[in-house]
Amino acid sequence: MNTTVLRVGDMNSSNHDPLVAVRGLKKHFAVRSGVFARVHGWIKAVDDVSFDIDVGETLALVGESGCGKTTLGRAVLRLIEPSAGVVTVCGRDIGALNFTQLREFRRKLQIIFQDPYSSLNPRISVGGIVGESIRVHEGASQPEAQRRVDELLERVGLDASFRRRFPHELSGGQRQRVGIARALALGPEFVVCDEAVSALDVSVQAQILNLLSELQRDAGLAYLFISHDLNVVRQIADRVAVMYLGKLVECAGVERVFSTPMHPYTQSLIDANPIPDPSYPPTTTILEGEVPSALNPPTGCPFHTRCPQAMDHCRTTLPLATVTETGHTVACHLYAQS
Amino acid sequence: MAKHAVESVSPVPEYRAWKTFLDDRLALAGVIVLVLLVFAALAGKFLTDWFVVFDPSVVRLADKFLPPLSVPSEFVAPADIPWFGMYLLGTDELGRDVFARMLQGSMVSLSIGIVAVALAVSIGVTLGGIAGYFGDRRLGFISVDSLIMRFTDVMLCFPTFFLILTVIALLPSSIYNIMIVIGVTGWMGTARFVRAEFLSLREQDFIVSATALGLPNWRIILLHMLPNAMVPVLVSATISVATAILTESALSFLGFGVQPPAATWGNILADGKGFIFDAPWLFFIPGFAILLVVLAFNLVGEGMREAMNPRLRPR
Repeated sequence: MNTTVLRVGDMNSSNHDPLVAVRGLKKHFAVRSGVFARVHGWIKAVDDVSFDIDVGETLALVGESGCGKTTLGRAVLRLIEPSAGVVTVCGRDIGALNFTQLREFRRKLQIIFQDPYSSLNPRISVGGIVGESIRVHEGASQPEAQRRVDELLERVGLDASFRRRFPHELSGGQRQRVGIARALALGPEFVVCDEAVSALDVSVQAQILNLLSELQRDAGLAYLFISHDLNVVRQIADRVAVMYLGKLVECAGVERVFSTPMHPYTQSLIDANPIPDPSYPPTTTILEGEVPSALNPPTGCPFHTRCPQAMDHCRTTLPLATVTETGHTVACHLYAQS
Repeated sequence: MAKHAVESVSPVPEYRAWKTFLDDRLALAGVIVLVLLVFAALAGKFLTDWFVVFDPSVVRLADKFLPPLSVPSEFVAPADIPWFGMYLLGTDELGRDVFARMLQGSMVSLSIGIVAVALAVSIGVTLGGIAGYFGDRRLGFISVDSLIMRFTDVMLCFPTFFLILTVIALLPSSIYNIMIVIGVTGWMGTARFVRAEFLSLREQDFIVSATALGLPNWRIILLHMLPNAMVPVLVSATISVATAILTESALSFLGFGVQPPAATWGNILADGKGFIFDAPWLFFIPGFAILLVVLAFNLVGEGMREAMNPRLRPR
């Protein structure tokens, strides 16, 4: 099969190694049915994805529902076992770690979830939730763990008295702060924010986004910020990667993507983003049709079934990623000749 | 989904669960009956075995088949006159005091019910938990999940009662063997419950987060998953206690249970069936006791189910 390597690290091609390097990551789910669970097909949730994230950088991952964003986020952390590909964090290949090494290494990798209601164990107090990993990983004593928990809670903007509360006593925004404190407990270097603000009210969203930026500044965290909300992405991201049907189609610095989107899919995504201004001209291109089934993806370019600029060539050949002179990395035949 | 509703309506769902439970009059009646039963069983054990006030084994041939509340005749030795000065629940075909025998039997019923179910729940939680958490792992050609759940299906295929009869016929019929046999044949429902709960919990974000924090498996299972899976298990266990008590009674009734002269509700009932027209109390008293206790356990189980299920809660 044709390999698309979409290197988004090219833009800031510096001589140091990136914090997170993902190469050719794939996650294919077998579709089984029948008594003997025969494999009937494969869902390519993540198909041959490559990118880099630098220290202190935020890469936003955008795309429609079901395009594989969450799967990608979890495969990068090896919370689900990738089918193929290499993920290197701090120079270590996490796919090569054994069970015990991986458990130890997990302190550098954390995740913040979308749903603040299901992401906290309802039967454990906030202090227990935040402090558990400290006690387990560092064998901290009770008072020591408690002191660290109080610090963490204050750092995410909660009073230390929240330690004794239970998740059901908190609001959505407070729960999300607890989730962030839990993720920060072990001092991670790389955090996957899986739709971390999508379930929150707009005002709370802004607070949480500010908190995330603050923490990034203070601790030099790198984020993989998964979102479908382009306004949020524009606010927090350094670079944006656009995903469609398990593949990255475009990646560039946030301003470039928003001002001059190149891939037709990115163009329609940005065009579809509502702008709260009645004098603004209405959306010109509305994408037609549905996202094709990942079980039976189209041949050639995955987007050709809905692409307004599709050519014959697109239906047969998978476009390779190319870096344009503007610094975009884009996988589209329209730009292949350059 | 439902969690949002609970969050916005009440700050303390546990308190609401209690309130719903206590508002359920039938469940409350069940609790009262069970408290009385526990009291009777403990008092019975104490007063018939260790500090004999009610002796269930005194034979008074002169006083056989006396109906409840009758006074002992003058032929009974003063030492054998029951404590109340009368036979509260009558006497049987050997003139034994039915009240004393019922007291002794209540401990047997209760302990068999509870121990057998505790055993069944432990086996069920262990197997169901392994199937639910480690189900993906493969042992040769079969996954752990398939192995355990097919074994569960096989166990479910046996007509349990006849399996118990066969085993009891081969083993000496002590109360411990009966507990073990009832327990070992009663875990399948729990195993299925726990597996289903574990499968759905495993996908929850807080479990994914526990994995992401690098917590050890035993900690995730015991501290994060099990406490969240136990509610339906406890509810079904309450109802299983009723079934276990019924099974023991049925075994004793058929003569495979606890052997005479030790009294159980089942063998009092079995002894009484021959005299159903002459001494109906011998039949109806243990029968009614079994009915009451089984009903009480069922009502409590049902009440717990409703109290714990947010969707069934009123408003």
